[in-house]
Amino acid sequence: MQPVVIEVKDVWFSYDDHLVLKDVNLAIKKGDFLALLGPNGGGKTTLLKLMLGILKPDRGYIRILGKKPSEVADRLGYVPQDTMINKDFPISVMDVTLMGRLGHIGRRWRYSKKDRLLAEQALDRVGMLNYRNHLIGTLSGGERQRVFIARALVANPEFLFMDEPTSSVDSQWQTELYELLKELNKTVTIVVVSHDISVLSSYVKSVACVAQTVYFHDSAEITQETLEKVYHCPIELIAHGVPHRVLHSHIDKDKDRNR
Amino acid sequence: MFDALHYEFMQNALFAGLLASVACGIIGTLIVVNRIVFISGGIAHAAYGGIGLAFFIGFSPLLGAVGFALAVAFIIAFISLKNKQRADTVIGALWAMGMGFGVILIDLTPGYNVDLMSYLFGSILTVPRSDLWLMIPLDVAILVIVTFFYKDFLAMSYDDEYAGLMGVPVKTLYFVLLALVACSVVVIIRVIGLILVIALLSIPPYIAEQFSRSLQGMMLISTLLNMVFTIIGLWLSYTFNITSGATIIMVAGTCFFLSTLLRSLRRKRIPETLKSAD
Repeated sequence: MQPVVIEVKDVWFSYDDHLVLKDVNLAIKKGDFLALLGPNGGGKTTLLKLMLGILKPDRGYIRILGKKPSEVADRLGYVPQDTMINKDFPISVMDVTLMGRLGHIGRRWRYSKKDRLLAEQALDRVGMLNYRNHLIGTLSGGERQRVFIARALVANPEFLFMDEPTSSVDSQWQTELYELLKELNKTVTIVVVSHDISVLSSYVKSVACVAQTVYFHDSAEITQETLEKVYHCPIELIAHGVPHRVLHSHIDKDKDRNR
Repeated sequence: MFDALHYEFMQNALFAGLLASVACGIIGTLIVVNRIVFISGGIAHAAYGGIGLAFFIGFSPLLGAVGFALAVAFIIAFISLKNKQRADTVIGALWAMGMGFGVILIDLTPGYNVDLMSYLFGSILTVPRSDLWLMIPLDVAILVIVTFFYKDFLAMSYDDEYAGLMGVPVKTLYFVLLALVACSVVVIIRVIGLILVIALLSIPPYIAEQFSRSLQGMMLISTLLNMVFTIIGLWLSYTFNITSGATIIMVAGTCFFLSTLLRSLRRKRIPETLKSAD
């Protein structure tokens, strides 16, 4: 039995007056590969950012290894969604990757040789080493995503959080990506936000459906044959009151908890 | 032009222009990539309040401008971190109020101040040596701070969320950045005036961006462009006896539109090559 390493306890969150997450409870075990599924605007990304400490909950708390996320930030890896913030920004692939070392170099004012070596290794791992001197803005969406993964890996994280890693990625790299994640998962606890579980199917160990509240389904509930149907999870969630076809009904679970 | 360099005022002018170019190139680059051109405009214009205050009380106008610009920079930094949506309105208000405050104080100051226009539109040919001695430490401060926090500024400018996650003190750095903007505004006021400051802060970095492969490269190219614009502008203004600040801006502005044209031509060419590849 693996210990719980990420604990989300009674978390509420809203943007201004808009309630996004309501009474969320989640316990993620060491070595898990958790997929956060759910409809757009259901709060998947918000939950991910709360776990990372980028956002602070209105109520409740989040603990990673028993500490606040910000206190263990140097052990977290984060791959944000590929929203091209600033395409014209003059920054090389190497410099983007090096950002991942920022949490490890203290107040040194420059990156060391070792930092550069680690960045090169991380880029090699995602097959982007040859692009190290390219400008990030000239890459395709999929290539940019690989660089963001390298940036997360360069810190040698114990936890990896990824937001929609398969959007804007070609299918060949998708397979490579999941093989890479599978390999990483031997030592790293992984949380992935996705709206599409079909490709994730053979890799994830548990699933949490996020639609304002969170319903957790652990590995025992997921078998190869049911996964195709799990994919419908978020859709059923939107229509509240419709019982789940494969997993335990969310409604029942709710009642259990209230008892 | 070279004969003119024998005059002390011309030497001062050239030196002031070069000092301003360094501040503009470095801070202008950070302004452009962080998309805070409007904020910088607010700080520059509000600095006029400090000039008015200095005239009224009777101390160095540039010192007054530094103090006032810094104060406004901190207020703006605080507000824009607190409430992003409404920040532009507040900046607009501070922008105008700073100027209004300056004008009223100058009204209340006895005597006629000929010098005033020079702070609005610059007067590089009348820069006294004493102002240079204020500009040099400001330039040095900008250079030292940006060099020391370069990787943090780079991370913050490219992806502030990730930088924050990595423990970069993004909010503090934002305050520092706006303080640096305030300092560079003051360095530049003498050269082209606070109304035109924003042009030298934004035009050269914009042009430089398309030729740069790194943020420091962009800073260097912007600085060089600023020097070229200032020297050409200065030469034209001396030769034709026209206002120096405005001339420098017109030189920069012309290059701005040429480079924009170049940029759009480059962009157009890319889809065509894609088409032929199909």
